[in-house]
Amino acid sequence: MEPVIVTRGLTREYEGGVRALAGIDVSVEEGEFVAVTGPSGCGKSTLLNLLGGLDRPTAGEIELGGRRVDGFSEARWAHVRRDELGFVFQFFNLIGNLSVADNVELPGLLAGLSAREARVRRGELLESLGIGELADASPTRLSGGQQQRVAIARALINRPKVLLADEPTGALDSASAREVMAVLREAHDERGQTIVLVTHDARVAARADRVLAMRDGAVAHETRLEQGDATSVSRLMQLEV
Amino acid sequence: MRFPLLALLAGGPAHGYELKQALEQRFGSVLPPINAGQIYTTLSRLERDGLVGDDAVAQNGRPNKRVYSLTEAGRAELGGWVADATPAARLKDDFFIKLVLARAAGIADPAELIARQRDAYLQALRELDDVALTTNGDETAALLIEGAALHLEADLKWLDLCEQRLGS
Ligand SMILES: Nc1ncnc2c1ncn2[C@@H]1O[C@H](COP(=O)(O)OP(=O)(O)O)[C@@H](O)[C@H]1O
Ligand SMILES: [Mg+2]
Repeated sequence: MEPVIVTRGLTREYEGGVRALAGIDVSVEEGEFVAVTGPSGCGKSTLLNLLGGLDRPTAGEIELGGRRVDGFSEARWAHVRRDELGFVFQFFNLIGNLSVADNVELPGLLAGLSAREARVRRGELLESLGIGELADASPTRLSGGQQQRVAIARALINRPKVLLADEPTGALDSASAREVMAVLREAHDERGQTIVLVTHDARVAARADRVLAMRDGAVAHETRLEQGDATSVSRLMQLEV
Repeated sequence: MRFPLLALLAGGPAHGYELKQALEQRFGSVLPPINAGQIYTTLSRLERDGLVGDDAVAQNGRPNKRVYSLTEAGRAELGGWVADATPAARLKDDFFIKLVLARAAGIADPAELIARQRDAYLQALRELDDVALTTNGDETAALLIEGAALHLEADLKWLDLCEQRLGS
């Protein structure tokens, strides 16, 4: 497997000497699902924003799809974000006076898809995310879980190399969080979507292939998770009668 | 196993084998394999204590089959079990004992112990989540798995607290 993202010594310092990231080395394989966890303020969002070109490192390198991108101008980053990355945040940021369908198709059209292709992809995505019947609805009338699924469809319309998600379940009740997690799991397990996801929710992190635990701007610990063995549930549960 | 067997017999007389099957049917995938011997041992203790009775049913060419049923005393005993609240799970935590003592003796890095424990809980959570995907409408199993997952989430939060207070 090729790494899709590689960072070397990735560092972000703010004026006044706050070191939000202190030299991070990570590598994300194609098709891998990496969760980033850690206490508030440890640098998770800073890392994700640097990977997505929403912020610039003060030192260190970023490779995306095999080439250096850390020195890119804002204009080149804008293309990278549009064509190669998908973003999902805690708040959905859907456009209230556009339909669900238009919200999802818009970034496709901006990236140069034909109207027909954008419509076909949007139809498939909404269907696979279980919200096919909401295409004509206004996002303002949807539940949080439904809005986040629309935001995920929007993030996937250009078939990004990497989906970057910052606390995608952070604003949701637990039932909606489950729905959103189910569609992310499916995107990864069934369609091989590479995902880097920041979360403080252990249940969400437990779905990843690898969990990076951050402390004070550094990766303190890394955990690889194995697919569960369904027959071990009785051992896990240890129910006694 | 005493009260579960009494509770099953409240539904009507049954053979030992039927009781085993009924337990497996109700708790299916989440219950470790049940040892038939344990069922028969428990039934004979219940009988000794006067909580169940048994009738022998003749079978062609085979030993008599025993059909167990609840006695009045058994019904009263069962009533008490059903009526009483079940005590909250006590905090039995081998890890915490290990953490405190290993830290005091200086024989392990507490942060590393906590990280390793977190790995194990995360993996367990993953396995529960994977198996939850296979319950296919088995509500009993789904509910039990959800309960176990909530416990693990609490354990993980508690590890965060241990890290803050004892992690160095
Ligand atoms: N614009 C900023 N100016 C100064 N410090 C900042 C700024 N943004 C974030 N920080 C600091 O950087 C650290 C990491 O923040 P962040 O990446 O948002 O953490 P997390 O997402 O893990 O909660 C924190 O200490 C935060 O206060
Ligand atoms: Mg954050």
